[in-house]
Amino acid sequence: MTVISSRPSVPLDAPRLQATPPLLRAEGLTKRYGTRMAMHDVSLEVYPGEVVGVVGESGSGKSTLLRLLNLEEMPDVGVYTLDIDGIRERDLFALPRFDRRGVQIKHIGIVYQNPHLGLRMKFTSSGNVAERLLIAGERSFATLRAAARDSLAASEFPLDRMDDPPRVLSGGMQQRVQLAKALAMKPALLLLDEPTTGLDVSIQATVLDTLKRLQRERDMTIVLVSHDLGVIRTLADRVLVMRGGRVVERGLTDQILDDPQHPYTQQLVHAKL
Amino acid sequence: MTLSELTNERQGYSFGYLDAYAKRELRRRALKAIAIPGYQVPYASRELPIARGWGTGGLQVTLALVGPDSIVKVIDQGADDSVNAANLRRFIKRMSGASTTTDTLRATILQSRHRIPEEIMQEGQVLVLQVPDPEPLRRVQPDISKAAQLHADADYGQMWLGLYEQLVRFKQYVQGADYPSLVHGRYIMNPSPIPRWDTPKLHQAAHLTLLSAGREKRMYAVPPYTNVQPLEFDDVPFQIEDQTGRVCKTTGAANKFMNELPQDDGSATFELSDSGYAEKLKNDLAPGATYFDEQGNFYHDGYLKPPVRPA
Repeated sequence: MTVISSRPSVPLDAPRLQATPPLLRAEGLTKRYGTRMAMHDVSLEVYPGEVVGVVGESGSGKSTLLRLLNLEEMPDVGVYTLDIDGIRERDLFALPRFDRRGVQIKHIGIVYQNPHLGLRMKFTSSGNVAERLLIAGERSFATLRAAARDSLAASEFPLDRMDDPPRVLSGGMQQRVQLAKALAMKPALLLLDEPTTGLDVSIQATVLDTLKRLQRERDMTIVLVSHDLGVIRTLADRVLVMRGGRVVERGLTDQILDDPQHPYTQQLVHAKL
Repeated sequence: MTLSELTNERQGYSFGYLDAYAKRELRRRALKAIAIPGYQVPYASRELPIARGWGTGGLQVTLALVGPDSIVKVIDQGADDSVNAANLRRFIKRMSGASTTTDTLRATILQSRHRIPEEIMQEGQVLVLQVPDPEPLRRVQPDISKAAQLHADADYGQMWLGLYEQLVRFKQYVQGADYPSLVHGRYIMNPSPIPRWDTPKLHQAAHLTLLSAGREKRMYAVPPYTNVQPLEFDDVPFQIEDQTGRVCKTTGAANKFMNELPQDDGSATFELSDSGYAEKLKNDLAPGATYFDEQGNFYHDGYLKPPVRPA
């Protein structure tokens, strides 16, 4: 009878999350609208290839967090860095407006719940996707067409409709155009704001499939905001639970959803079940 | 009772209709506009005895520039004899004592709506263009304060989106007028609703161009010998309207910008849009050199590629 050694003879590699620095590091984000505190001291680290879910009820500060991470708004207090060559050591909130816009266009993609926020409804779908490259300085029509086609194909958009305006498309297709637009510049960070809310269940499933496939194939780093715990469970590795502008609980998805500790999280999980 | 009995005496108005403060304001803004080519300078736009949208921007600039020795030409869609042009010309003459002409080469101040004359304008001449919408970013960025930020950052990528849409839908640039152009490598401007045919005429032009929007209260300028590049993609060059095969029915001229005159039987005949130039041709008055030659080619000292006609 052999005794199995309790220690491996060869030391294991350090876990990936310890070996690599986080791609996204946000510290002490605080945002006030007038006297209303929208977010208080929220910190967040996202590692490369990781999907972090943010859950919480309406008004909990989820969308504010995403707007800050997308550099659409500035916080009152807070530091935000991305681990990307050239901007590694810079606080993105302290960048000049022009550079900040450059970072936003090149390195961050976003999909909004409401396609009207993210798309020009009367321009062609391919034009919506090409816009990102245009802003980044691409001036070759052939390159723009090819890039728009690739990006739309990646988000499983039917290419025979690539020159239809989003106005005439269904909700699911509009989300796919948004996704293609977000992916057009192959950003380091993808932000998803309730990407499937408002779609019917079968369409929701196919869009989630696409997202999951893209995440696996491209090893994408994603921050996903949703109040739908099903979506969170499908996609997210880790979860932040927000309430009243604060993070009340954080941890691995299974841990949070199966064994919630904070009373609010317990309430949330049971409400779902 | 006639209109002239109802109005005040000529002596009741200050020279050039506008009061001294208004003229000083306009001249100062014009100087600033010339100093920053293509930049939209806000100015205090005055009320005039014509309605906003009928050329008040251009008229104010003309009235601020005009002197008793000036020779003024006013054109509307290329024509000297349209109602609007005739009214403006008469008004300017009455208020300043300036003489008027229909000859492009004799005019010192040339106020125009929608056209730049066919004959090459010379140093010392001033072209005043009436502008309905000075903001080139409006179609892609309706928020005017955000548009101002984009101008400040020279962040013009979105401007190509409109061109992209045209190429996707029509395989060529089809914008009929007001083709956005980069001035002096810095600011993008709306060159007022001149046809694409006229846009290259602004590049390295010898004359001064002042563009003024009375309702929007913005003035901008293309100083003499300034680069003006129509926007284009690297692989799809800027194109002008195709005028080949169009012959003026009265003068027999070809390869100039034509007005299309639909006929009863569904066909169309053409006549020169520039009526001053047509007048010279009709009366054998030896017109000056034109921007486009008899074959429709366009020459430049600058680096602008010759316009390409759609195949």
